[in-house]
Amino acid sequence: MLGYYLDLALRSFKRNKVLTLLMVVTLALGIGASMTTLTVLRLLSGDPLPQKSGQLFYVQLDPYPKDRPFSRSGKLPWLTTYTDAMNLLHAHRAEHQAAMAMTRVKLIPTTTQQRPFFSNGVMATADFFSMFEAPFQYGSGWSAADDDNRAKVVVIADYLNDQLFGGANSVGRSLRINDQDFRIIGVLRHWAPQPRFYSLYLGGPNYGKGEAVFLPLQSARAAGMDPINSMSYAAGDKQVIENSPTIWLGLWVQLPDAAAVSAYQSFLASYAEQQVALGRFQRSRIGLSGLMPWLDSQQVVPDNVRMQTGLAFSFLLICMVNTVGLLLAKCLRRTNEIGVRRALGASRAAIFAQFMAEAGLIGLVGGGLGLMFALFGLWCIRQQPAEYASLAHLNGQMFLCTFAVALMASLVAGILPAWRACVVTPAPQLKSA
Amino acid sequence: MQIGPVLAALRHHKAGTLLIAAQIALTLAIVCNALFIVQARLARLSQPSGIDEASLLVIGNEWAGKPNADQMASLTAADLDTLRRVPGVANVYATNAYPLGNGGNVMGVGHSPEKLKYVTSAATYYSDENTLSTLGLKLVEGRNFRADEIGLLDGKGYMRPAVIIITRALAMQMFPHESAIGKPVYISASPSMVIGVVDRLRTPWVDNSMAKWADCSTLVPYRQLTPITHYVVRVQPGQLDEVRQHVRAALYAANRMRVISPKDGVRSFAQVREEAYRDDRGMAILMSGISVVLLLVTGAGIVGLSSFWVGQRRKQIGVRRALGATQHDILSYFLTENLLIAVAGVVMGGVLAIGLNLWLMKQFEMDRLGAGYVLAGVAALLLLGQAAVLAPALRASRVSPVEATRSV
Repeated sequence: MLGYYLDLALRSFKRNKVLTLLMVVTLALGIGASMTTLTVLRLLSGDPLPQKSGQLFYVQLDPYPKDRPFSRSGKLPWLTTYTDAMNLLHAHRAEHQAAMAMTRVKLIPTTTQQRPFFSNGVMATADFFSMFEAPFQYGSGWSAADDDNRAKVVVIADYLNDQLFGGANSVGRSLRINDQDFRIIGVLRHWAPQPRFYSLYLGGPNYGKGEAVFLPLQSARAAGMDPINSMSYAAGDKQVIENSPTIWLGLWVQLPDAAAVSAYQSFLASYAEQQVALGRFQRSRIGLSGLMPWLDSQQVVPDNVRMQTGLAFSFLLICMVNTVGLLLAKCLRRTNEIGVRRALGASRAAIFAQFMAEAGLIGLVGGGLGLMFALFGLWCIRQQPAEYASLAHLNGQMFLCTFAVALMASLVAGILPAWRACVVTPAPQLKSA
Repeated sequence: MQIGPVLAALRHHKAGTLLIAAQIALTLAIVCNALFIVQARLARLSQPSGIDEASLLVIGNEWAGKPNADQMASLTAADLDTLRRVPGVANVYATNAYPLGNGGNVMGVGHSPEKLKYVTSAATYYSDENTLSTLGLKLVEGRNFRADEIGLLDGKGYMRPAVIIITRALAMQMFPHESAIGKPVYISASPSMVIGVVDRLRTPWVDNSMAKWADCSTLVPYRQLTPITHYVVRVQPGQLDEVRQHVRAALYAANRMRVISPKDGVRSFAQVREEAYRDDRGMAILMSGISVVLLLVTGAGIVGLSSFWVGQRRKQIGVRRALGATQHDILSYFLTENLLIAVAGVVMGGVLAIGLNLWLMKQFEMDRLGAGYVLAGVAALLLLGQAAVLAPALRASRVSPVEATRSV
């Protein structure tokens, strides 16, 4: 039966070429625009570590005095002081815990004739890799002992390994960073969680291919590397950021279940109370945010992208309303045909199915064309200078989603006309024919 | 033209009528808001920066090899000297930031050192005695910095400028009724005396959230000693391209221990402006494009449905013509019909537009939608409706009275 309906649909399209084309193109424009923007939005607001994000929490404390608060609106400081980070790390109350900061490094290739170049590097404590499940291609991360001993070791990203060593196993070789030699102990596999949640407020970009090198925190500091971002309320004491109220570290903990979360929360609260008692803090406020709530509250997704997505979907809505109107016009024009079919024995259900098949066919063709528009739209986005631009690709999921949305849109748009068609009473139509 | 019969006829086409009205309403709501956003972006695009953009180059320099503060001070001084000797260079200074450069420091400016009681936020530009003439800033009151007032500031120290130059917009906010010259302002723990007021100098940011104080800038007498420095170069008239080709080589020839990005290390101010507003311009183009397509889609929808109605009513039209209605009567019937639907649509759409704007204001940093936009949108959609219905209505008016006698 479906084959027959589709045949009828094709015949009807041929009769009204302009109207059909109009429907297909408007639907395709709506689908193309909304799929393009939705792909970008999903990319930007996605879960950076889907299998792990539920267990990761960001820790915030408030070392600022009451009369010189961190923010006027009462926000907690974004970063942590060295003292607090170390106290909390050494307490080992979470399954994993790591403190990290971002630094600018100058990389001097030792093996090739390439020129030196600057990149971002992460300075972190040992749990960084196991907590964020960064996969290793060769070697491994460093131990807490390496960190404490200020061992000059480094883990490098896959793209740096490709660039400097042609993708070979470079573990054991040395890399010159800021004019000091570091021994490579690990090479990551491709690892680029988006958004780059841990680099928020550390001074790195929110999106992109990520940092080139990862260094033990103590080793990096001993080698004279400074964090990109650091803030302090007290004048003149940024000189030694380890022994001052300067905030410069991001602190993440891994807590496997709700019990662990509440246990850590009370531990953190008591820690803050203790610091108030010691006179280091004036306020015992704490923050423990899950990864996704933390990203949401920080609004990493640019306003423009959210606006564009809203605009694209309103556009799709109008295109759908338009398609309903045109389908309605088209099908009511064919009341004679419907009358004949009904008189020859077609049931109402059959007429309804026929018109839904016609709407569905428009949806599929519109979806196909919409996919082309979406691919073109994403190509345009990749030409832009935004830091997420190169990541804007249509994945399989969005590909199917395009057709699902197109089919849904056209079927929803087809319901009213199909219903109007199936309630046509055959007798008067036959008479007037 | 009587409205009664039109309304009576519309009652038989409820679904179609509602669809057209809904489409007009949605289109009005979205197009009004989209064009409002476009206008806001374009208005920002045309805001003057206050500096002589046509003859300025910006160089981003990053020292390699971790020089200490003393070394950086002499390196920077040597660079400024090198740049001055490049043929075609009129003046130069080193700074942390420049207008539209999208990077720099924000300070709260107030009447007391208390951090919470600042009057407004303002950008801080590290400057020296050459800054005013390099940027081409107009001093409306007071004096320029003297060479002996310029301090050195490494990345870890805190600035406490004794003297400061502010923009007129900032002066108006701090001292609305009197001259700012000689008055103390606080951007740090100690007071800074205002020695000069410049006409206009924009902040480095074009971001919406900082638009409120976009003209509140301060010049502080410091040379910043951090690995990343920007040199702002003023060239003699007509020498921009010439100088631009030579500065990089001149700097590398003087000292190789540096990185000046091959991609955007040396930029003309036209480029800086281009890049600063790229997002805004892209958004404006996108929004206007979508608005145009939306209007076209809505117009096409009206043409489609009206054509269908005309086709459906050929017989009735024939009867009316046979009973003495003129072609003009038929034409105005369809125009009136469309006008009625469109009026219903724009009324709904106006409410929707304002509702959408209120929601957008909550979500994004946005102003209230002016009534002018809604009215213009209403007029545009009414016109669009009339234009779209014109062709089908003309076809209707040409229906011959003979149709009344035909059975099909």
